Amino acid sequence: MPTFQLKVNGVSHSVEADADTPLLWVLRDNLDLVGTKYGCGIAQCGSCTVHVNGNATRSCTTTVANAQGMEITTIEGLSENGDHPVQEAWKEIDVPQCGYCQSGQIMTASAFLENNSNPSREEIRSAMHGNICRCASYNSIEKAVEVASKK
Amino acid sequence: MKTSNKISFSRRSFLQTSALASGGMLVGFNLFTACKEDVKPPIDLSLLDYNDFNAFIKISDEGKVTIFAPNPEIGQGVKTSMPMLIAEELDVAWEDVHVVQGKLDTKNYTRQVAGGSQSLRQGWEPLRQTGATARQMLVNAAAAKWGVSASECKTNKGIITNANGDKLGYGEVVKEAALLEVPEDVTLKDPKDFHIIGQDISNVDIDEIVTGKPLFGLDYKQEGMQYASVLRPPAFGQKLESFDDTNTRAVNGVNDVIKFGDKIAVLANSTWAAMKGKKALKANWTQDSKAESTAFHDETLLGLLNGDKFDTRRKDGDVKKAFAEADQVLERTYETPFVPHNCMEPMNFFANVTTDKIELVGPIQTPAGTAGQVARMLGRDASEVTLEMTRMGGGFGRRLYGDFALEAAEVSHLAKKPVKVVFSREDDMTDGIYRPAIKYRIAASIKDGKLTGYHLKEAAINSNMYGLIPNFFPAGAIENYQVDTANYKSNITTGAWRAPYTNVLASCEQSFFDELAEAMGVDRIKLHMDLLDKVKGTTDERIQYSPERLQGVIRKVVKESNYGKENGVYQGFAVYYCHNTHVAEVADIVMDNDVPVVKKVTVAVDCGIVVNPLGAKNQVVGGVIDGIGHAMYGELTFNDGIPQSNNYNSYQLIRMLQTPQVDVHFMDSDIAPTGLGEPTLPPVGGAVANAIYKATGKRLTKMPYMNNMDVEPVVG
Repeated sequence: MPTFQLKVNGVSHSVEADADTPLLWVLRDNLDLVGTKYGCGIAQCGSCTVHVNGNATRSCTTTVANAQGMEITTIEGLSENGDHPVQEAWKEIDVPQCGYCQSGQIMTASAFLENNSNPSREEIRSAMHGNICRCASYNSIEKAVEVASKK
Repeated sequence: MKTSNKISFSRRSFLQTSALASGGMLVGFNLFTACKEDVKPPIDLSLLDYNDFNAFIKISDEGKVTIFAPNPEIGQGVKTSMPMLIAEELDVAWEDVHVVQGKLDTKNYTRQVAGGSQSLRQGWEPLRQTGATARQMLVNAAAAKWGVSASECKTNKGIITNANGDKLGYGEVVKEAALLEVPEDVTLKDPKDFHIIGQDISNVDIDEIVTGKPLFGLDYKQEGMQYASVLRPPAFGQKLESFDDTNTRAVNGVNDVIKFGDKIAVLANSTWAAMKGKKALKANWTQDSKAESTAFHDETLLGLLNGDKFDTRRKDGDVKKAFAEADQVLERTYETPFVPHNCMEPMNFFANVTTDKIELVGPIQTPAGTAGQVARMLGRDASEVTLEMTRMGGGFGRRLYGDFALEAAEVSHLAKKPVKVVFSREDDMTDGIYRPAIKYRIAASIKDGKLTGYHLKEAAINSNMYGLIPNFFPAGAIENYQVDTANYKSNITTGAWRAPYTNVLASCEQSFFDELAEAMGVDRIKLHMDLLDKVKGTTDERIQYSPERLQGVIRKVVKESNYGKENGVYQGFAVYYCHNTHVAEVADIVMDNDVPVVKKVTVAVDCGIVVNPLGAKNQVVGGVIDGIGHAMYGELTFNDGIPQSNNYNSYQLIRMLQTPQVDVHFMDSDIAPTGLGEPTLPPVGGAVANAIYKATGKRLTKMPYMNNMDVEPVVG
């Protein structure tokens, strides 16, 4: 099996995997970074969202080969102490119900706010539209992104 | 070293205390014996070690409290709210409480279930009694130490005080308290003294969730574990004839291919290799029973409604006579499709079956039943099975069924290795246990401007409405009333889906009432209020809804939504009682290029005392949006036994831009709490349909509504 060099949360890793292996499964199965979730495998639900060079990216359709050489950030590396403004807002609003999709929601929201620090409600709704929450915590997500934007 | 008290069976014999060798005190209790009224403990509790209890409170020498919650957590919030009840009566500060998920105890107990919105309702008394009993023992120990009467002592946030101004923390008296007799009678707090119940308490797992810690079944792994991807028959009614695994075995990381029943498991070092290996399998299938299609289901269910083979589930008066004598009869047929559960965390389970034990780990709503099924399947004793419950990435009823755990156990047994079965999204959607397609025909008779008869017929796949549903409103309000059911047995697997049966019935009936009020020329709200007046003082014990409480939520929602007076929006109303909770809803919609957009839903809820307003609101809002999503978009069709959607590019779940703001109003109440995981979902489709009627003049009788309007279907 080929070997790839990945830089995840500032740490370099050498991983053995087939070139077509999605980054999602390398993170979860090889590197034990299970905060990034599997939801659909076809970039439709957003559960697997990570940052690749700062951009919100679906790790289920990004191959390990394409992720090589990139700066990858997962939920585990978003902040050192779980205190990124988006994480703080998520706690303040008590967003999660089952919680499964929330790391993807947080990664989408944090990348979005990097590029738009003072979004309108409609911009927040559009930015978060790609992430499914089956428990339908959408009202709370919307509010938490707004709260985070003011932190 | 454990010291036990001899206690006799009594109302509180689910309790036992002991001192811990490591310091501190343990109060063991069997939650599900406690929560189930009139059930005797199965065995002599005084002979048990504390491990035999499925839940317990541990109080350390420092006064820190650990509460082990046995209930499966599916996002309904009971891992937070149930310990709140204990902590309230124990009278400790919530900040000093640490909640841990307990394990299943298959040895002695048979019921640890998340389902039916019953956890808080059934736990309300016994959980508070558990906390109060422990508190009383701590007080008794302090009183003995001080030489004062226990009745002179008070507690506040884990500190005991007396009239002399002495103070002792709980941790300072736990050793003595653990040795005392368990008091038979304890006094529960006056609700006005609650300092935890009624407060906004965050989800106990919030820090782990927002930092991506392993919590879910899919996150679990063990040394030497194989990932298993399972190929199952692509169509319902098929059996495996033959297969070729040559290409599969050539996939990097694939270690084994195992046939079991009509399924084939591919075992690999990684999830991806297992999934790839499965895709490379070549299998031949034979159709063993009918290959059913949606057109066939439609025809069959309509045939049942047109026929005369019904079970009568409730009959008051004579509907036939009322219909014959009526000035007008209104009859409508409502149609609802199959839907999958679509939990965001796909089905998965870990099993390690060895010669001396069976270890199971994963997300399951029915751990005890599933552990028992695994033992029976493998011909093993139930005592050999341990089951660890993980947090669940949604349940919605799907994880009541342990098919995936049975698969994991069977494959582990055959492979002689620890195995985790992982469903792909496609597996999850196409190998479901679906909400079945159901059709209703509702007819009502009007005579001299009055509603004289009501006849509801249900035709459903595999099974019909259960229990008390035929006695829900309008039962009791109409003199001539009848509910009939019929069903067709299909080979497509079906089961409970969030608020089973009422999740579609409520919307259909609430649409019908809207049309009925119009036909009668009466105000929609007045029609309901007048009918509910007739139920007041009923002696019919089958009727469990409260007409007063339904009227209360109606008044509340009318006021808060400004119903009928809001400018620029079309408003639809619905009201319903199920899962012991009373709910009224008003949906506000606007039309955007002929497409209805739900802007806001106002909800009034009477669930008794609101234990955790923050969590309660999450449940109400989630239920409403979920209900709108499925009424508007949810549909799984079949062609020759094959589900026609298999992922989110061909199946629409509601997303942010389709989501309204939900405005929640709880009724002030001092009545014991009831559940919230389900009851706000059923009526909302009716509220939306009634609003769409006002906007378009079109009555929607077929779900999903968006597929039955002349608009482009939405996906994504």
